[in-house]
Amino acid sequence: MRFDLAIIASWVEPGAKVLGLGCGEGELLHFLKTHKQIYETGIEIVESKVAKCIEKGINVVQGDLNREMEDYPDNAFDYVILSQTLQQVYEPEHVINSMLRVGKRGIVSFPNFGYWKVRAQILFSGRAPITEQLPYQWYNTPNIRVLSIRDFREFATNMEIRIIKEAATSPGRTPYTGTVIRFAPNLFATYGIFLLEKEISSA
Amino acid sequence: MSEYTEHDKNGVSVGLVEKKTFTFAHPPDRMELESGASLGPVTIAYETYGTLNADKSNVVLVAHALTGDSHAAGYYREDDPKPGWWDIMIGPGKGIDTNRYFVICSNVIGGCMGSTGPCSINPATGRPYGISFPVITIGDMVKAQKALMDHLGIERLLSVVGGSMGGMQVLEWSVRYPDMVASAIPLATTTRHSALAIAFNEVARQAIMSDPNWNKGDYYGGKTPDLGLAVARMIGHITYLSDEAMKQKFGRRLQDKSSFSYDFGVDFQVESYLRHQGASFVERFDANSFLYITKAADYFDLEEQHGGGSAVGAFSKASARFLVVSFTSDWLYPTYQSKAMVTAMKKNGLAVSFCEIDADFGHDAFLVPNRRLTELIRGFLKSVSAKL
Repeated sequence: MRFDLAIIASWVEPGAKVLGLGCGEGELLHFLKTHKQIYETGIEIVESKVAKCIEKGINVVQGDLNREMEDYPDNAFDYVILSQTLQQVYEPEHVINSMLRVGKRGIVSFPNFGYWKVRAQILFSGRAPITEQLPYQWYNTPNIRVLSIRDFREFATNMEIRIIKEAATSPGRTPYTGTVIRFAPNLFATYGIFLLEKEISSA
Repeated sequence: MSEYTEHDKNGVSVGLVEKKTFTFAHPPDRMELESGASLGPVTIAYETYGTLNADKSNVVLVAHALTGDSHAAGYYREDDPKPGWWDIMIGPGKGIDTNRYFVICSNVIGGCMGSTGPCSINPATGRPYGISFPVITIGDMVKAQKALMDHLGIERLLSVVGGSMGGMQVLEWSVRYPDMVASAIPLATTTRHSALAIAFNEVARQAIMSDPNWNKGDYYGGKTPDLGLAVARMIGHITYLSDEAMKQKFGRRLQDKSSFSYDFGVDFQVESYLRHQGASFVERFDANSFLYITKAADYFDLEEQHGGGSAVGAFSKASARFLVVSFTSDWLYPTYQSKAMVTAMKKNGLAVSFCEIDADFGHDAFLVPNRRLTELIRGFLKSVSAKL
């Protein structure tokens, strides 16, 4: 299990109903299904990835995540997970609102553009940063939203979303290892992971 | 549905199979039909492949499309030129693995391949029913299949699988007998025919009924309405393919000639193909059955019949886990129709998977070898059987 996915998995209670947005080939949902007996549903737009999920026995619907979320009643899920995709969506506000409508809690993770290497590249080379986590050129990157861990916290406050938990990580030698960054995460972490809840429901 | 059956490339097959029959609604009993009419006695032709396990939990019911039959896999004789219509999917180690599952496929009532239909003898008159045969519905077909399951002592289906009109039966099963259906795989299908689909069926029926040999359905023992039925089949064939499939398969290529003949014989390959399909179809299919079965498909409206006009209402009766599959080039039952049923299933909190398979072959894509479809069905069935 990839390090960031293992953290997300550790936040989900056994037997929960989980919706995975942009769930890819269903690695995380499959892990949660086998280890935490969750009731899983995935949304994925790429046909070949959808097929891989179904072959694994994962319930998955092919389609656009915004469009597909509309069909679910309020609080249909315990958790709605958006892993490594927030930076690629056109309407992040809408997506997160929808997540917290169909789910009691939301989990989002994204690459931290406040990471020091990213800052250093812009500062010293004067060019759009390219890192291991953000390996794209400006003209072919799917990452259309540039945000940092600090940006996201501020966004949550403005959106009246409560951050229940957060983890900032940096990668290890393999995708399966890593470190949780506690000191100055916005500077030293490559990824931010947040567990969210609507402000109203926590009041 | 068209015929694409050919021998398995690896020679894998369920082997020799046998068509069996079961008859119910013997006098004084009658089978009550949705139209209010009744029918009896009713015979169902069916075949089974694989072995029923001790707790009868490995049953997969396969429902055939418009012109299919109970012969879904295997061979009747050693020298059979071709296997059953879904031999690519059903067999040892195949998508519907007969080493694991007990597969049942039955001919629909109204058909002409062994189940009671308009060409059967009406015991009241001693002559074929013809158009005195009562109009049947998809619901009636499923009700008859349920009688067969009762006869076989099967109380729960691991899965019901079918494409096109077979998919309609799958959907009907899922809401009519929800307690019996653990999972359902509707392929390239719809909860109700569009005006487009009804229109094509109507033209096909008109072709049959305007053939003088049709004789108001009373042609048994005499000349049969072959021309009308052949044209009906040609129309069907066009709707089962796609622009792309026809472009690839025929283009504007000419048949056995290098220039136009400037008459009304066969010039284009596509003309030759359609004529051949029409001509071979009349040898195996009854024109009246074609009328009855297309009408049943047109009448099918899951939303109206089970949900008071709402798909969400209809699927509120279902409890199965679903795998819905559509094909990009299917213009008879386009993807939006599959997506509409998926939406209704989601709104009911049903476990549903949906995949739109990228395929050029049009509506018939579910019948041609497709690795993706095979793996989807294999994986889905495996996870459903693991849960039981």
